[in-house]
Amino acid sequence: MDGFRNDVRGCVKENFPASLAGVDLAGIAGGESGARASDEIKAGMETWRQRLAEKGWGAPTWPVEFGGGGLSDREADIIGEEIFEAGAYNPIPHMTGMGVTMVGPTLLEYGTDEQKERHLKGIASGEVRWCLGLSEPNAGSDLASLSTKAEDKGDYFALNGQKIWTSGAHISQWCGALVRTDTDAGKRDGISFVMLPMQQDGVETRPIRLISGASPFCETYFTEARAEKGDLLGNLNDGWSVVKRLLQHERQSQTGGRGVSMIDAEPLHVKAQRFVGLDETGALADRDLRQRVVKNYMDAAAHKLTAQRITDEAAGRVEVSAAASILKNSNTRVAQNKAELALEIMGSQGVGWSGDDFAEDELGIVREWLSGKAMSIYGGSYEVQNNIISKNVLGLPETTQKG
Amino acid sequence: MAALTEEQSILKDQASSWVETHLPVQKFREFRNSNSDGGFDPQAWSAMVDMGWTGILVPESYGGSELGYLTFGVILEQLGRQLCASPLFASAYVGATAINLGGSDAQKQHWLPKIVDGSEILTLAVDEQSRHQRDRVESTAQATGDGFTINGAKTFVLEGMSATALIVAARTEEGSVGLFLVPADAQGLSRQAMHTLDSRDYARVTLSSVSVSSEAYLGAMPAGELYEAVLNRAAAGIAMEMLGVGCYSFEMTLDYLKTRKQFGKVIGSFQALGHRAAELYSAQEMARSCAEAGVIAIDQGADDEAAMSALSKAKTGEFLFDMSNQLIQIHGGIGMTDEFDAGLYLKRARVLETTFGNQAHHRDRYATLLGF
Repeated sequence: MDGFRNDVRGCVKENFPASLAGVDLAGIAGGESGARASDEIKAGMETWRQRLAEKGWGAPTWPVEFGGGGLSDREADIIGEEIFEAGAYNPIPHMTGMGVTMVGPTLLEYGTDEQKERHLKGIASGEVRWCLGLSEPNAGSDLASLSTKAEDKGDYFALNGQKIWTSGAHISQWCGALVRTDTDAGKRDGISFVMLPMQQDGVETRPIRLISGASPFCETYFTEARAEKGDLLGNLNDGWSVVKRLLQHERQSQTGGRGVSMIDAEPLHVKAQRFVGLDETGALADRDLRQRVVKNYMDAAAHKLTAQRITDEAAGRVEVSAAASILKNSNTRVAQNKAELALEIMGSQGVGWSGDDFAEDELGIVREWLSGKAMSIYGGSYEVQNNIISKNVLGLPETTQKG
Repeated sequence: MAALTEEQSILKDQASSWVETHLPVQKFREFRNSNSDGGFDPQAWSAMVDMGWTGILVPESYGGSELGYLTFGVILEQLGRQLCASPLFASAYVGATAINLGGSDAQKQHWLPKIVDGSEILTLAVDEQSRHQRDRVESTAQATGDGFTINGAKTFVLEGMSATALIVAARTEEGSVGLFLVPADAQGLSRQAMHTLDSRDYARVTLSSVSVSSEAYLGAMPAGELYEAVLNRAAAGIAMEMLGVGCYSFEMTLDYLKTRKQFGKVIGSFQALGHRAAELYSAQEMARSCAEAGVIAIDQGADDEAAMSALSKAKTGEFLFDMSNQLIQIHGGIGMTDEFDAGLYLKRARVLETTFGNQAHHRDRYATLLGF
């Protein structure tokens, strides 16, 4: 593995464009600050994307024939680590919306050869952004109660209904949607998973402005929207199996990977030394704060050790498992708590919204604190994860989702 | 569960089935009912010696197997599950650690084989007040011509009545804390049983002008460093025992959630309890990772061994604290009865929490080690 690591390190060093050093690539790749990026940065980004795509590093573990790198999980981890260590960033997963993390792995499992051939390369290369039409205004945690209908029109399905919290719908090219195809069947039995292009008359998106000021989510309206029969993923009326797998991949992706974060840029205790100061013994002057910071550090260490232990137990093969629910919740708790502590440490500098009175990092942390509130809601809320743990891991009787 | 070698797995399985067969918690209960002074079952102790557990940290040249801290920790976890009381931890873990790290060849030659064959029971005597604080050592060791004179008073000495020799933390004339081996029958040493709520053997020890030879001083490592290292490793070991106490408490609770019926259904079907179980299970998984990381760091000679030990004791303590309270709460009235085992686990949990530093102590250490 050391040889592989050295190769990767050399390759990153050689190919990461100097113009991108220190740029918020995650923000640009996610589409939030992409429009504001300079032409030079956009060009650098495109070069970097192409180079990553050529090596199959956008989706390192996928088969080479579908644009992946044909590598092991461990090798993929090494690529991630080396890119992080070099101060670079792999924008492809972000550029594809839900493509690399969720749609792709599910397609690999449920897709026909033709579907894999058609869709996976565009994801692995970072060229096609995907969104997911899952939640509806009246179907959130109780996802299976969804009512968007897909009517069989011979060679295509006609979709009618409304989706909500569709991440990046306004900038996506494709959508994977969960739709009702049999209204007489049981709640979970009449659902199918279809894929459809977003650029068509029957699809309308309206970004939702969030408390953080950003608009990463949309309301998505389908009015006689067209999904080809060939884009039905899995069997007709078996969409619930597909989506369960999809959501496992989602949890897996939310168990605490490395991200570029304002809050992470300066460790809490260093920030606290700056804002709060030390007492004569060299300890943080605010002892109550000190205890809570150290608790957060310990929780973060426990989360990391547990993620590592679970990987080791799976003998290097990261299974989408029930453990993902535990890790999603612990990651959420640590991150939200860390953001709260960062705000508390900054005092009045931690409650700014805009203007010159506040430094850029201070404003960034406030926005991150707000957007981070979504962590315990999306991808199955904190409470839904606890339902999964109690039912699937502990074997306690099911209390929800009857019918 | 950390990845174990084949040898470690075999020992773990052996320990687990032996403990369940020969030393289930009922044995501890019977023992408690018949021995108000605490202590341990001598038959069980000699079985542990025969199985080689006393030699796990001892090099082969001194009669041990030197399988390491994770291996020992895995056995402590199994013992914790059934609340086994034995001097294994005090003598073969803490005692062996102190002598391995601080002993000269002659001291190792003298003590280690006796730890392994069980003929000597060692223990560490550290605390002087009710709260464990490493720097509060007022006992003194004054150099005489050919040895030391030790004065001081110790409390909460684990296996203090059964020990045949004590490793006493005392301040040397240079001001650092050194470790001194003092035979339990030394002139001037007196001890008195402390009746703790977990019915284990704890003692108060008074040392008045106890004379020991120069061979009593563990000097292979600088005094203060040895003292810190032994306490760090002791904390990591206790964390593994606490993990066992907590995991078994969780299993009892989960079993009850699946069998106890109220309002016509098992109580585990109520979401309030299902979520509580999920939270406890998650805390258990985090505690396991931290506890195992503590002993693994020792085996690997990791740079952050001290911080990992603080993490292991604090996080395992946090889990066991909540778990032992929920063990009682979820069992309801039955949990409050002496006849049911829950109370035994709660009591052991609190005694272990306060042994070698509580959660707050280890959080403070962690912050200090990280430089704030």
